[in-house]
Amino acid sequence: MKLKDLVNRFSLDVLAGEGALDQEVTAGYCGDLLSDVMANAEKGTVWITIQRHQNIVAVALLKELAAILLANGHQPDPETVEKARGEGIPLLASSLAAYQLAGKLYEAGIQ
Amino acid sequence: MKRFKTDLHIHSCLSPCGDLDMSPKRIVERSREVGLDIIALCDHNSAENVEPTIRAGKAAGIQVLAGMEINSKEEVHALAIFDQASQALSMQEIVYRALKGTNRPEFFGEQVRANEYDEVEGFNDRLLIGALDLSFDRIVHEIHRLGGLCIASHVDRPSFSLVSQLGFVPPGVRLDAVEVSDPRWAGTGGRSILEDLGLPVVTSSDAHFLKDIGRRVSFFRMETATVEELCLALQKKSGRTVEI
Repeated sequence: MKLKDLVNRFSLDVLAGEGALDQEVTAGYCGDLLSDVMANAEKGTVWITIQRHQNIVAVALLKELAAILLANGHQPDPETVEKARGEGIPLLASSLAAYQLAGKLYEAGIQ
Repeated sequence: MKRFKTDLHIHSCLSPCGDLDMSPKRIVERSREVGLDIIALCDHNSAENVEPTIRAGKAAGIQVLAGMEINSKEEVHALAIFDQASQALSMQEIVYRALKGTNRPEFFGEQVRANEYDEVEGFNDRLLIGALDLSFDRIVHEIHRLGGLCIASHVDRPSFSLVSQLGFVPPGVRLDAVEVSDPRWAGTGGRSILEDLGLPVVTSSDAHFLKDIGRRVSFFRMETATVEELCLALQKKSGRTVEI
């Protein structure tokens, strides 16, 4: 499934990386500890988190993740948005909690 | 008794997120410009720029304490502050044993080891931004064992803080103080959280850029710039005090 399909289907807010929504999402991961995500998330992952610090962008770049998805209505720090825009990394947001988002994405075929 | 204008949380160019202008020499020069008496150099998971900063501090008339900002397994940031560089370097050995990975400067930033003459000595290739495979409790214990002071960093922030990651101080852990980034928080939204924590409160700049040094300071009323005196001031003992 493409990132833009997920954005449309689940009404996700796109806060950065509008130009990179055409890519394929191949996996999902939930986590708020950066060290855990660095160790376990694979390339092409949509990463669901409530972590707002700008280091999430560095982690997404390092691991070649498809997108960062902020759950539960959390808004990123201004530096995070700026950095994600600069790097062209999709930064998405939803008012749904991580558990609900993960369930919906799993049902949609990202398994 | 003297009044020391103190900034206990300054990063140098060794921290991947620290500006490259944050050399030991320029840090102490800027500290002097803004009227600081005491600073602590606290780079992420490393004390390799502490010795040159102490030497530069002697030349500039600034008291430099030997520090480090350690990132626990739970991603809680804690300041470890020592009198001597040798103590910080002993702590660094413990930190390095528990820190895995290699830095990727293109993602996280350069990690520059500098000398006191504003020259580059080399680069640290460890993943200093990383989290240790050591619990917060254990880190606090090790800091105290080596004679240091442990302050939980920026407890008013939503990331990498004792409050965001663990919610409260774990039973049996003896912290010396908590740091707030914004002193106004202590009187408003953070008041009840700080009351629950029941610990002395300091504020410091967490400077990553020269212009931010001394942006937040704590005033210690004490005899000398030592960890022992800082502890007395935090506990408001023997006539010592701290104000933010």
